[in-house]
Amino acid sequence: MNNIIVYCELENGIVADVSLELLTKGRELANTLGCKLEALVIGSNLSGIEKELALHGADTIWVADNEELAPFRTLPHTSITCGLFEQEKPQIALFGATSIGRDLAPRVSSALHSGLTADCTSLVIGDHKDNKSGTEYTNLLYQIRPAFGGNIIATIINPNHRPQMATVREGVMRKELAATPGLGEVKIIDCSKFVNDTDLVVKIIERQIEERKINIKGAPIIVAGGYGVGSKANFKVLAELAEVLGGEVAASRAAVDAGFSEHARQIGQTGTTVRPKLYIACGISGQIQHTAGMDQSSMIISINTDPDAPINKLADYAITGDVMSVVSKMIKSYKQNSK
Amino acid sequence: MMEKSLKIVVLAKQVPDTRNVGKDAMKADGTVNRAALPAIFNPEDLNALELALVLKDMAPGSEVTVLTMGPPRAADILRDSMYRGADSGILLTDRKFAGSDTLATSYALSRALAKINPDVIVAGRQAIDGDTAQVGPQVAEKLNLPQVTYAEEIVNLTEGSITIKRRLEHGFEVVESPFPLVVTVNASAPECRSQHAKRVMKYKHAKTPSELQALNRDYISEATNNKEYLNIQEWSVADVDANDVELGLVGSPTKVKTIENVVFQAKDSKKLSSSDADINELMVELISSHTLG
Repeated sequence: MNNIIVYCELENGIVADVSLELLTKGRELANTLGCKLEALVIGSNLSGIEKELALHGADTIWVADNEELAPFRTLPHTSITCGLFEQEKPQIALFGATSIGRDLAPRVSSALHSGLTADCTSLVIGDHKDNKSGTEYTNLLYQIRPAFGGNIIATIINPNHRPQMATVREGVMRKELAATPGLGEVKIIDCSKFVNDTDLVVKIIERQIEERKINIKGAPIIVAGGYGVGSKANFKVLAELAEVLGGEVAASRAAVDAGFSEHARQIGQTGTTVRPKLYIACGISGQIQHTAGMDQSSMIISINTDPDAPINKLADYAITGDVMSVVSKMIKSYKQNSK
Repeated sequence: MMEKSLKIVVLAKQVPDTRNVGKDAMKADGTVNRAALPAIFNPEDLNALELALVLKDMAPGSEVTVLTMGPPRAADILRDSMYRGADSGILLTDRKFAGSDTLATSYALSRALAKINPDVIVAGRQAIDGDTAQVGPQVAEKLNLPQVTYAEEIVNLTEGSITIKRRLEHGFEVVESPFPLVVTVNASAPECRSQHAKRVMKYKHAKTPSELQALNRDYISEATNNKEYLNIQEWSVADVDANDVELGLVGSPTKVKTIENVVFQAKDSKKLSSSDADINELMVELISSHTLG
């Protein structure tokens, strides 16, 4: 049986959230297909790593453990991943759309000549009939993503090449413990079989990983601004509302591109996906590129001068009016009423 | 300063400006109707061009060639590159490339690169029409070269190696790689230098063979007489010895199954005005429901 393999990445020896999210999704897909879910971990000092992966649904855990393999470097990780995929022939392979996954997955897809879809927002199993040849395919992976600046949603398939590969951003899928833990069987990969000296030519001279200072993912309340906010100075007023309410300020891609806010605060397909209990969208029109990153919020308030802005269709409360004036009134009203 | 000069190729793409997308942007087969959109120099490819020009400054005698794959009008970004400091441009163009996904694209580019045999290949991290960031690493794999992705700055250059600072999600890394290699450049890298007036004068008549054919010959022969640098090379599938079955829709493992225009399911949303009373009522309601506080 051809299984599903999730490449699990590590941050300081801890499995990244995005990988656990992919295992959760992978478990669901494996149940639909009736195949096994496998995890691939490449790094150093990995003993015991299988426990958490099994709890998130992994039946088999492939472990490549060698001091040359941490921190991540493209070439040795590519060689091991390709070697394992050639040996195991998975039908589906999932990677985080992170600086590691987006470096590694295209390299693997190029070596194996398999199709890869970046930044998927949804993964579903389904059938396909090729209209030209009449060929029917069952149980393909539908790789669904906004495309073209978020103006359309595309469903991509790889009918003839395996594995079907996709990357998914952190926070897009839910992270859950499996209803029944996976079997958690550890299989050790013989690294010398796949990695050679030429894979080690790139040397890491220095490496600094900063603490995540900006934590919009964990914020219960998010005040997000779009291009309609107008300026960096106006964003400060949004930040004030966020501070008063105990939340974080965030931005749409258009606002980040315009220099109103920094990329670490970007919500959407090419930014962060969030699920706060309250999302206040200020001067955001609501392109799918953006809404893909916030439509799971418990409550959405939209403030926009345009009563027909697409985001209003997602909103629980749609306020028609000038952003700066409404935000200032909110700050004032909250201060008066919360005491 | 370094003794060794480098052969540098920048991979650049002319992209539809996805910030200005109209209704006729997609064709029935799910591919992009590029003709209907304003075309721009992909932003991160400009960062890549700058990094290449910095390399040239560090290693005098180096040559920067910009390679683009696209329709004939993509020659515009090659001229733009020359105005900013590139030495030459190559347009990889053929109807057989149409509909290529990232893998087929990287195959075509790798064929052209094999013909040039550069020391350094520099590309933007990703293009704004797809945001995939796949072509750089896929090209590197096809040419069996090391890759340094998300580059921000060249830290050091020696005869045998290049040291690069790369931006990660939550930090940075400084890595050293031997030549030849593929570098992809992040938007956080320095912006590209502007067009230089003297270079605009020098290169404004740079044309591809197809563009020359379409123009007045007398005018052209006068302008380009004995000026080899005004010839933008144009390469077809045959010129780069590429295999047809690896190109275009046929050579692309990924297929677009369906395209949907974005339609939101309307929620039962409450409409409010921006009056003091409406905002105050909302805030009180949010506080009493413990959504706030």
